[in-house]
This record gives sequence, structure tokens and C-alpha cells, in this order.
Amino acid sequence: MTALLITAVSLLIFVVIFQISKASEYVAILKGEEHSRKQNNKINGFLMVVFLVLGLVGVWYCNEVLYDKTLLPYESASVEGERVDSMLWLTLAVTGFVFILTQIVLFWFAYKYQESETRKVYFFAHSNKLEAIWTVIPAIALTVLVVIGLRNWFLFTGEPPKEAMVVEVTGKQFGWIYRYPGKDGAFGKKYYKNIDNANNSLGLIWDDKLGHDDLVMEQTMYIVKGRPVKLIIGSRDVIHDVGLPHFRMKMDAVPGIPTTMWFTPKYTTKEMKEITGNPDFQYEISCDQMCGNGHYSMKGIIEVLDQAEFDAKMAGQSPYYYTSNPDKDPANAKADTVKTAAKPVELASKVTAKL
Amino acid sequence: MSNEAVLHAPAGAGLHDAHGDHHHEHHHETFISKYVFSMDHKMIAKQFLITGMVWAVLGGLMSVLFRLQLGYPESTFPWLEDILGKWAEGGKITPEAYYALVTTHGTVLVFFVLTAGLSGTFANFLIPLQIGARDMASPFMNMLSYWFFFAASIVMLSSMFVEFGPFSGGWTAYPPLSALAAASPGSGTGMDLWLIAMALFVVSSLLGSLNYIATVLNMRTKGMSMTRMPLTIWALFFTAVLGVLSFPVLFSGFILLIFDRNFGTSFYLSDIFINGVGALPNEGGSAILYQHLFWFLGHPEVYIILLPAMGMVSEILSVNSRKPIFGYIAMVGSLFAIAILAFLVWAHHMFVTGLNPFLGSVFVLLTLLIAVPSAIKVFNWLTTLWRGNIRFTPGMLFSIGFVSLFISGGLTGIWLGNSALDIHLHDTYFVIAHFHIVMGVASMFGMFAGIYHWFPKMYGRYMNNTLAYLHFWITLGGAYMIFWPMHYQGLAGMPRRYYDYSVWESFKQFAELNRFISTVAMIVFAAQLLFLFNFFYSVFKGRKVTTQNPYNANTLEWTTPINPGHGNWVGEIPEVHRWAYDYGKDGKEFISQTTPVGADESSH
Repeated sequence: MTALLITAVSLLIFVVIFQISKASEYVAILKGEEHSRKQNNKINGFLMVVFLVLGLVGVWYCNEVLYDKTLLPYESASVEGERVDSMLWLTLAVTGFVFILTQIVLFWFAYKYQESETRKVYFFAHSNKLEAIWTVIPAIALTVLVVIGLRNWFLFTGEPPKEAMVVEVTGKQFGWIYRYPGKDGAFGKKYYKNIDNANNSLGLIWDDKLGHDDLVMEQTMYIVKGRPVKLIIGSRDVIHDVGLPHFRMKMDAVPGIPTTMWFTPKYTTKEMKEITGNPDFQYEISCDQMCGNGHYSMKGIIEVLDQAEFDAKMAGQSPYYYTSNPDKDPANAKADTVKTAAKPVELASKVTAKL
Repeated sequence: MSNEAVLHAPAGAGLHDAHGDHHHEHHHETFISKYVFSMDHKMIAKQFLITGMVWAVLGGLMSVLFRLQLGYPESTFPWLEDILGKWAEGGKITPEAYYALVTTHGTVLVFFVLTAGLSGTFANFLIPLQIGARDMASPFMNMLSYWFFFAASIVMLSSMFVEFGPFSGGWTAYPPLSALAAASPGSGTGMDLWLIAMALFVVSSLLGSLNYIATVLNMRTKGMSMTRMPLTIWALFFTAVLGVLSFPVLFSGFILLIFDRNFGTSFYLSDIFINGVGALPNEGGSAILYQHLFWFLGHPEVYIILLPAMGMVSEILSVNSRKPIFGYIAMVGSLFAIAILAFLVWAHHMFVTGLNPFLGSVFVLLTLLIAVPSAIKVFNWLTTLWRGNIRFTPGMLFSIGFVSLFISGGLTGIWLGNSALDIHLHDTYFVIAHFHIVMGVASMFGMFAGIYHWFPKMYGRYMNNTLAYLHFWITLGGAYMIFWPMHYQGLAGMPRRYYDYSVWESFKQFAELNRFISTVAMIVFAAQLLFLFNFFYSVFKGRKVTTQNPYNANTLEWTTPINPGHGNWVGEIPEVHRWAYDYGKDGKEFISQTTPVGADESSH
């Protein structure tokens, strides 16, 4: 019913606008077209300035309302992200200045040089000097931005510091799987044809002993404050993307081609809750590459802990090799009997969640 | 009718009957040969334009529907179920439908509206008229170009009615998602149809572009040297070159995708395990290869969309400022520079795919280099306005709007082209804001400018100015209100292509803003209906054009009869003696290109 009403009202508005416009055309013809054209010219010229003023006020107001909802009021949560932020502010200063200047010039000229019978236009076809100026100045400004940008780029894409911990992140429709190398610091090999949702979500090759102490988790990834972390990123099915807005980092997860990313977290999740004043704050991993109908729900969590908390967390985990092959678990070998019967068949996530 | 009497009374008497002019040339024109399988470039232009308009309405409507979901994620709209059926069960758009709408909106607007609708219309209409040719080099190929586009449209439209819905993996159609029906239902039959439609579209585009190039190079009238061509023609020429060189690469990418989908090859597929299907046999392919092939077209495509708008805006700004375009050679040079650079920057869409960092750095450099010719263009446009005598025709208003939007959207390109900053902003709403402003809305403004400016030449009638002014101010204000705040969403890291943000602690603070944006989007969409109404009403009932050259413009199209027949000029094609921009020279308001250079004329 309301839909009908809205349609009717909109239709009515259309008809009214149309009739007025048509009438104005008749009036124009009756009054003399030239006369009414000049009148319209004045109105539109005036509106140019109105738009300029309202537009600049709107830009300011928009910033007032929305600034606090962005990530800008707080520092980046990673050491490397600070460089992104400083680049962002510099780029904003440069482009913001050009924006304000050119928009003012554009709409002011439009207003100022609107048709007038007294003005004779200035035949000005070219000026090498002017053109050279506005070729060279942007070129210099851009060179500065490129140099700063590339220095950061090579830092971000270069090798992480030696003490960095390594976590493997694998995307799948629609969630994330994390793997830690365990005590030996090395990942076991994997092959995608071994993947089995029931007990081998990453396709680990059990014959590879390096993999026997690997830890596999879902939902939440744990990393350590102040310690660089290198992510080795892959995908099980389609292209995903590990988006970490708080750390200012992002990298695609491509099936068949591992990618990497590294950063150094500055604040624990607890500290961020205080900094942002949001008790529900968490570092979220958002999938930033269209990956199917569940794309919007492909969320992961990163919990940044201090070293002691992290160690305690990891000590409580049992290697994936054992949870997937309970018969091989020395702990089970002693207790034996009842537990193996409860081996979960259907959902790998259930297993890992209990980890 | 009394209305008609008022409107047309002054026009009635002294007019030469335009229809009479072409009668003796074409005796056997039937409805079919004149309006359907026409080989007249002007009619083909109108066919492109009107088909483009149909797609613009459909594509725009799609955006309104998915904005409804984004703006009101908690509400249900029972009437949606009436329109969309199972895709909006209970009045709420499903994720499948949402992604299908987003994907089709992108595909349709980029290719069908802003490529076919824009270049197709104005290259066809303006090239012969402004260079002084009777028609295109090959009118038959030109006709085929339209009908391939029409066929592409039909196939694309039909993909919306298949069981599992149209393709829904984003307009860029990255595999593996686009290759595997098991990964996304839309990647089944919907994707087959999408690929067929796009293949037909590429054929259409190539037929058209080759024709435009041949025409510009070979069929200019006497005296029309390349450096005397209006900037519109330069822009349309470079656009055609870009299309010819880049669309085949896209096509090759699609061919490989078709092979991967149907014939078991592994160009793009490797190491894939799909839930419910298991591990696929494909090994050794590279999903990134597709992205290189796609963006090798995809980036030039941005300029295929933008250059025609730049060309028309340059022309319209000059005509209505009553001043020459400032720095004609620099304008041509910057178009050329943009066309070259367009081929050397594609990987800036791929900074976060894990590409070689050194390669990435080269692309940063080349990408930011584009800002230089762009800056030249902007400053030259501003200088063209300076000390002019500006007439705010609707075409002029949209041209000024274009410059404003091009500045706003172009500047954020400097953010995104710098890879280290792009890492943070990539695939967020910042990108949506950037490319919608600089490529989508700006080019749309260029298209509106062109339509309003050349409508009198197309139909021999005027559009209603009051409606046009309303259309302009609502659209300009609305476009900024929709896309400006999206920069802030991007600065919060909010990803694009999400169906619902409410479960995200990091992004849910924008619910109110999303509602605002959706509301404005609906109003702006309604304003476009105003334009459409104005257009079609004026085609039949608009005030008649009574003078051959209503804008006092210099270019050749205004030397043709008010309603030119097939062949454009009655008798000889006029000879050209000067460039197109002698406005305000030596105290003369304008000097047509056909006027011989006087002995006492100053040189510039």
C-alpha cells in the first residue's frame, strides 16, 4: 500500500515538474527567447557559486560527522602501518590543496566569466610558459610521493626481520585456517589432494615428520605484541584476500601460489579496547576479494597477546597430527580405549575449535 | 494543438524543408532500411544511444536494488518479491541476488553503457560530421557493429533469467570463482552466457573501432589536416586505437577461461579443493595470469570510457566560453600520452596479488605519471574558462560538472596508484568512490553533455532547458553526496562487495551513512528518469531548431542542413581552411572552419 502511495506521489511530482518546465518554455518564447536565456544564464552562474560554497561546507561537515568512524583518529596498530598513515597524510595534504584550489577556480571562473554584453573575450590560444609550469610542478610533486611510496613499498614487500614468527593462513569458502610450525619451527609439506574436511583440512602429508608438531586452528589467530609476524598466505579454492585494516596490510590468497606479508603488532587486543574505547573491539580479518556468495561473512579474528599469554596459549594446543590421527597420539596410547570411538568424522572445525 | 502552435509558430514559415534535401538521393528507403538495418552513421549512433539508455536504466535500477539492501539490511520490501521472485524471498534480496546485481551493474555500466553507449553513439555521430565525410569508411561494418552489440545485449539480458541466476562473481570475473560452478551458482550457465555476451561485445567494439580509425585517417575533407581536427575527433580516434589494441587481449583471456570451464584445461586453475566436490585434477595453472590479461584491457578500458568524454567536454567548453580551447596541441599531446600510458599501468590493479615488488614499483611510477597529462588537461580547461563569455547551456553545465568530478576522482588516483598506500585502501569503499567519480559519473556527465549539446543536430529539435537544469543540479549534488562519504568508509577499511556489514565490529558504524547514501541514490535515479522523459518527449515534441548553427559554433556539423539526410551535405562537402577554435578572434565572435583565412587576419 505504501509502495503504491510512494509511486503515486512520485508520479505526481514528475507531472508537476514537467508541466512547470513546459510552461517555462512557453513563457520564454512569449517573452523573447534571448531575454529568458540571459535570465537563465544569470541563475545558473549564481548557482555555480552557491554550489561551490555549499560543496565546501559539505566537505567540512562530512569530515565532522565521519572522521571519528574511520581508522584515522587512532594510531596504526602495527609499526609498519605508521608509515602508511604518514604517507596518507602527506598525500592528503598535496591532493587536498590541489582539490580546494582547482574547485574554487573552476566554479569561480564559471561565475565570474558568465556571459555579459560588456565583456570581450580574450583570445588566448596557448602559452608555452603556463603549460610548462603546470607540467613541471605536478611532476615534481609526484616524484616526491613516488620516492616515499616506493621506499615503504620495498620495506613492506621485503624480508621481515629474523626474529619474526611465521604463521600460515589459508583461505577457503568462507573462513580461514591458521597453521603454526610448532616447536621445530618448520612446516610440514602439504598437497591439496590430501585435503579431507574430516581430519586434514590443509592436506598435510603425514609422512613428513616436520608436520607432526604443526598446530592448526580456525577462527582465531594468535600473535605476539612487538614481535614481527610473517604470514604465508594461500587458498584452498578461489582467490581470497587477507585484509587487516588496523595493521594497514592486505594480501591476496591465491590457490596454487603462496604469497607473504609481514608486520609488527604494536598493541594487544586488550590495549586496543582501551585505545578505541570500544569494549567489543577485535582485530578482524576481512576477506577483501570477491569469493562467492558468503564473501561478506568470511571473517577471521586476530588476537594480539603478550609473550607470556601467547606461550600459555600455545602450550595448551595439541598438534594437528595427533588430533587427526588419535591412534598416533602418545597421550591416547596410554589412556586408549573409549576415546578413539569419539573420533569426529563430519566436521573438522569441531575438532579444531576444541583446540 | 495550441501548444504546438505556440511552440512552433515562429518556426513555421521561413524554413527550408530539411526532408526535401535528401529525398532525391534516397528513393527506396523503407522503414527497415532507415530505422532498423540502417547504414547511415547518424541512425546507427541513435541506435547505440537508445540501446545504451535502456541499459543505463536497467543498470541504474540494479544499483538502486542493491543499495536498498545496503541501506536497509533489516527491512523487508514485499514488492521486491513480486519483481524478483525467489531472488527476494520474503521481500529481502538474497546474497546470490545481491552479488548478481552488483556484477551485472558493473558489467553493464562499464561495457554496455559507457563504452558502447558513449563511443558507439558519439564516434558514429560526430566523426563523419566533424571531419567532413558522407559516412563511415564502411557503413556495412558499422551496421554490423551495432547488431553485434544488440546480440550481446540480448544474450546478457537472457542470462538474467536462467535457473541459477546470472554471473555473480564481480564484473572482473576472476577465476577460479568464475570458472567453477561449484564455487558459485552464478558461474554455471549464467557465466556461459556472460562470456558469450562479452565475446559478441568485443566483436562489436572491434568492428566499430576499426571503422572509426579508417574513417578518421582516410576520409577527412579537403583542408582538414589532422591538426585541424576538433578535439572530439582526436579523443574518439585515440579511444578507437585503445580498443583495437586491448580488446583482443581480453578476448584471449576469455577464450582461455572458456577452455578451463568446458574442456578441462588448466590455464588458470591449480591446487583447488571445493567443498562438496573435492580436489580438482587441475594443476600448474595461474589464477594471476587471467588478471594480467583482464587488466591489459581493463585499464585502457577506463580511458576508452573517459577519453570521449574529455574530447566532447573540450569542444563544448570552448564553444560555450566563446573562446578557443587553451593549448590545443598540449591537449592532443596529453591525450596521446594518456593513450600510451594506458597500456603501461595495468598491474596497478594487482598490487596485492603478490606480484614481484620490483615490477610493482615500475607500475607505481608509470601510474603516477598519468597524473601529469591529466593535470595539463585540467589546467587547460580552467584556462579556457578564464576571461571567456560563458553561456550555461545544459551541455556546458555538464561539461563544467565533468571537470569538477574529474578533478575530485583523479586526485584520489594518486592515493591508490602509490602501491604502499594502495595496500591499505585496495578493495575498500575508497576505490568505489574513486572510480565511480572519475570514470563512472564523470564519463556519464560527458555523455550527458554530448547528448544535450548535439541533440539539436540529432533530432532537429531542442530539449527542455528547465528540466535539463534540474537534471544537472540534482545529479551533480547527488553524485557528490553518494560518493564523497564513501572515501571515509574506505578509510575505515570497509571492504567492497559485502552483502551485510552488521556482523563486523570494524565496519558496522556506517549503518546510518549507508541509509543516507541509498536514499540519495534513489533520488538521483529518479532525476535520470526526468532526463529520459525530457529526451523522448523532445524527440517528438521538442521545440524545432530554426537556424542551421544554433550555438554559433565553428565545426563542420553545423554547416549541414538542420535535418541532414544520408550523405550529410547537399552538394559538395565544404572545404576546411582553419582549426576549429577561432572564437573571439580579431573581434569576431566566431569564424567557421569553412571560412578562408583573410589577408589581414592575425596569426596565433
